[in-house]
This record gives sequence, C-alpha cells and structure tokens, in this order.
Amino acid sequence: MSSRIVIQTRTFGVLRWVVIAVLIIATVFPFYYMLELSFVPMQDLLLHPDRLWVPIQNLTFATYQNVLASTSSGGQGFAGFMVNSGIVAIATVVVTLAVAIPASYAVARLKFFGQRQISTLFLVVYLFPVIIIAIPLFVGFSALGIRESLVGLTIVYIAQTIPVSVHMLRSYLKTLPVSIEEAAMMDGASRLRILRQITIPLAMPTIVSTGLYVFMIAWNEFLFALLFLTADRNLWTVSLGLSQLSNGIEVSKTVLMAGSVLLTVPIIVLYGFAERALTEGLTSGADKG
Amino acid sequence: MSQLVTPAKAAPSRGRPRRSITARRDNRAGLAMVLPTVIIIMAIVIVPVGWNLILAFQSTSFTTIATNGIFNPLTLDNFISVLTDPSFWGSLGTTVIYSVTSTIGSIAVGLVASLAFRRPFRGRAVARAFMLLPYVAPVVAVTFVWQIMLNPQFGIIDIIGTKYLGWAHPIDFLGKAPFALITVIVFEIWRYFPFAFLFITARLVGLPKDVEEAALVDGVTPWQNFRFIVFPQLLPVISLLSVLRLIMTFNKFDDIYLLTGGGAGTDVSAVRVYNQLLGSFDIGGAAANAFVLSAILAVSLFIYVRFFASRGEDD
Repeated sequence: MSSRIVIQTRTFGVLRWVVIAVLIIATVFPFYYMLELSFVPMQDLLLHPDRLWVPIQNLTFATYQNVLASTSSGGQGFAGFMVNSGIVAIATVVVTLAVAIPASYAVARLKFFGQRQISTLFLVVYLFPVIIIAIPLFVGFSALGIRESLVGLTIVYIAQTIPVSVHMLRSYLKTLPVSIEEAAMMDGASRLRILRQITIPLAMPTIVSTGLYVFMIAWNEFLFALLFLTADRNLWTVSLGLSQLSNGIEVSKTVLMAGSVLLTVPIIVLYGFAERALTEGLTSGADKG
Repeated sequence: MSQLVTPAKAAPSRGRPRRSITARRDNRAGLAMVLPTVIIIMAIVIVPVGWNLILAFQSTSFTTIATNGIFNPLTLDNFISVLTDPSFWGSLGTTVIYSVTSTIGSIAVGLVASLAFRRPFRGRAVARAFMLLPYVAPVVAVTFVWQIMLNPQFGIIDIIGTKYLGWAHPIDFLGKAPFALITVIVFEIWRYFPFAFLFITARLVGLPKDVEEAALVDGVTPWQNFRFIVFPQLLPVISLLSVLRLIMTFNKFDDIYLLTGGGAGTDVSAVRVYNQLLGSFDIGGAAANAFVLSAILAVSLFIYVRFFASRGEDD
C-alpha cells in the first residue's frame, strides 16, 4: 500500500509540472505570437510562417505607423478608434460608479422598502441573454436617434456594468465595521455625509478595482458596438475597428496584429493594477483607528 | 423563559419613537440612493425585455415600427415559423452541444489547473496571473490571433502539423464542418477555464486542513485523497460554476461570430438571432427566436436547480 502512495505521489508530482508547463504555454503563447507578428511585414510572415523568433534587424514599426495613422493619411485610423474607446470606457466608469456607490451602500446598510427585490432584479439582469435586449434597444435607440452615437453606446454599457459593480461594492461594504458609522451618526451626520466622508475613503481600493473592471468590460465590449456603430467609421471603437478590418483583405494581417496589440495592452496593464488593488483592499484595523 | 424575553421586548418599545424616525429616514435615504440604478436598469433592461416579448407577437419591420410604434397587430406567426423551421432545431442542437461541452471542458481544465497550482512553488504568483490572460484580454484581439494561428496558409498550427506531425494537408480549422465546432469549443475552454480556476482556487484555499492531514496519517493515496476528500468539498462550487457557465455559453455571441461568423456548422442560437435581425431585418422573427431560447434556458435551469443542484447546496 505504501508503495502505491509512493508511485502516485511521484506520478502526480511529475504530472503537476507537465500541467503547469502546458497551461503556461497555452495561455501565454497566443499573446507572444500576437506581439511577434505585430512587428513584421506581411511578406516576412508569408516567407517564414514557421518562425517563432524574429531577428532584431528584421523588426519594423511600420505596422504600428500604418495602423495608427488616420485614413486621410493612408493609415487605418486606430488612434481615432482608441480615443472613441477611451471616451466610452471612461464615461461608463464615471457614471457607473456615481450610480453604483450609493446604491450598493443602501443595499448593504439601509433597510428600505423593496430592498430584497433589488437583489433579485440584479440577478435577473445578470441572467438575461444580452441578445434579447439587443433587439428592442436597436429599434428604440434608432427611433430616438441615439443609436449611431457614442452616447447611446455608453448608456448601454452603464446598464450592463451597474449590476456587477453594485455586487462587488456591496460585498465589500458589508465587511466594513458599522461602528465607525454609528459614531458619526451620533454626531448627527446624514447618511449622504457618512457615505461621502467615511465609507467612500474606506472603500477606495475596492472602488478603484471595480472601476478598472468596468473599464475593462466597456473597452472589450463588441456586440453593441457592432449593432450600433458599424455604419459610421468615425465612431468605431478599437474592438469594432479590428473586427471590421479583419473581415476584409485590403489591410495586411500583421498591421492588424499591431492593432490587436494596441487593443490588448491597456487591458493587460490595468489588469496588473486591478489584481494588486484587490489584494490591497483589505482594511483590517480601520475599526481600531 | 418568559422572564428572559420580557426585558428584551421592553427595551425597544421604550426607544420606539426615536427608532422609527431613523428607520423612516433610512427608508427614504435608501430609496433615493438606489433610485438612479433602478431607473437605468428598468429603462435599458427590463422595458426592452418586455418590448421584446411584444415584438415577438408582431409582424414588424423597421418601417411599421416607425409609423405605428408598439401598436402593431398581434400574431402568432413568428412563433409558428420559428418552431417549424428545421434550421432552428439544428441550431438549438449545435448550441446545446457547444454550451455543454465547453462548460464541462472549462471546469475540468480549471479544476486540474487549480490542483496543479495548489502547493506553492517559485513564480506561482506570476504563473497564476498568466492563467487569467485569456479571460481578461479583449475578445476581438484573441479571436483574431486564433484566426491567424489557425490560418491554413501561414498559421503556425498548420505549419507545425504538416512539418512535424505528419499531417497530409493543412487543416481548415475554422472553415470545415467538424473542425469548426470543435475549434470554437476548444477556444471557449481556453478562454473560460480561468474563470473556473479562480472560483475553485478560492474554495481550495478555504478547505479545512485537518481532514486531509488525518487522512494522510491513515495512509490514503493522493488519488483517494482527491476523490474522497477534496472533490466532494468542491462539488458545491462546481455545480454553481456549471450553472453560471451554461447560461453564459448558451447565450454566447461574440466568440463564435468573430471566429467563424456562424458558418461551417457553428450556427449557434445567438448568432442566428443576430443574422435574422441584421441579415434579413426580420425583427419579429428574431425576437420570437430569442424569446423561445430564453424560455428553453429558463426551463432547463429550473429543472436543474430543482432536482440536482439543491442537494449539493451548502450556502
């Protein structure tokens, strides 16, 4: 029996490293491949499709110049797409947080009429297929004349990110000790003042990571950008621009690879921050101070 | 007993007037604080869902909506044509295969990954951060890279296959019937195993140590330890994950639309609804289709939760 233990321990010990190695290759390689191809001209890729390492003298930045330059100067206009994506994502973060912070505070702390129903409402929203609301929104926003605009897109993103933001913030606010607030209540502070002066500063790390998460959702979103903005190239987001141009054959694939690096890098950078903010979000000891 | 209860009851009644003022103030503040959220969710989610239902019962196009608003005559035609269309059932079958296999696959890979990462090793934090890349990266960027990697002419996978693995021909992974569906399933597993990995890892960290230590003293093998001690404790989180992933993949649009456009036997329901809406401008048909799919999903989830999940619930 003990020999079985030894054999299994050894086998799993080896398998474990195999699994880790395979997973790292599987998750990292596509991103490495993306980065590599973004620096080579298309002819090089067709000439050496099996190359996984490009000699430094063969690297080019022309792909990035081409993808970023505006269409009027012969490029693909990704700089403009990035501005559009940035505007939409930042506006979504600001409005979503402004709306979700008080809401999550109320759900976490206050007893009010319909409190339970709110949570159910959010669950329902989370479970509804997006495509089912896409049809009426497409029709309705067309009728209102805001379909082909960044405003219309931002409104949809706000609605899509509020439930998850309230959920993240609420679970954190519940862990904050009530005693600090009670002390402030004794001093006669209103709920809104408590929220502004005590809860928000305490919850800052979670607010930051929630904001980054919302930014990532808005920056990555594709379906509604496709539904709303396809007709007007000036309004394209980076995601929409990349998908639209990759359907055609006019633009070289390695130029688009540079575009997909530009689409991915902000997310990877923010993800690095969000991960840290999440772990730093522990405010143990705030009660004592 | 009654002696113990009486003072506890008496205390609040003495402080009652003050308390109810606070309660009423909290009620007002609470309502005011959630109001903007409720308005937005109502306007952008709940009303559209209701409207979708109305659209599903109407024979509408963009012009009749523009002239008549929501007051078009009601009809069952859309539902009849959806349910009698054999391609609807074919697409539903594809959707079920796609969502079930990729859910099972992503949870299985996530489970294996979290077990492999369970004991600390040098560089674990970095490796763990890598694991989440497919999940956080923009879907358009990763589908594009996959398309290039799987390109039959210059994609790295076909180059490796024909050069080193002895494939006679490059495989058209995204354009040929059995391969395309397999590829989108593999893609889905790749993109969403990190989600399962996160959940299962969090649960693994929280497992009590003493049970496993006691079992170790009793001489269990590592496999027995997993099978009879660790795995049963993971079942609740796995059943929760199954529900979440099933819902998400059943309604999945982006990944398949971007990889194959719904061609080569990957015509899942969400892509079909999209094509109905923007390909043929059949609003009523698309709405009815979307509604039928949500109903099917809701009923199967209800059955699942009712008969299977409730037993594994630990809350």
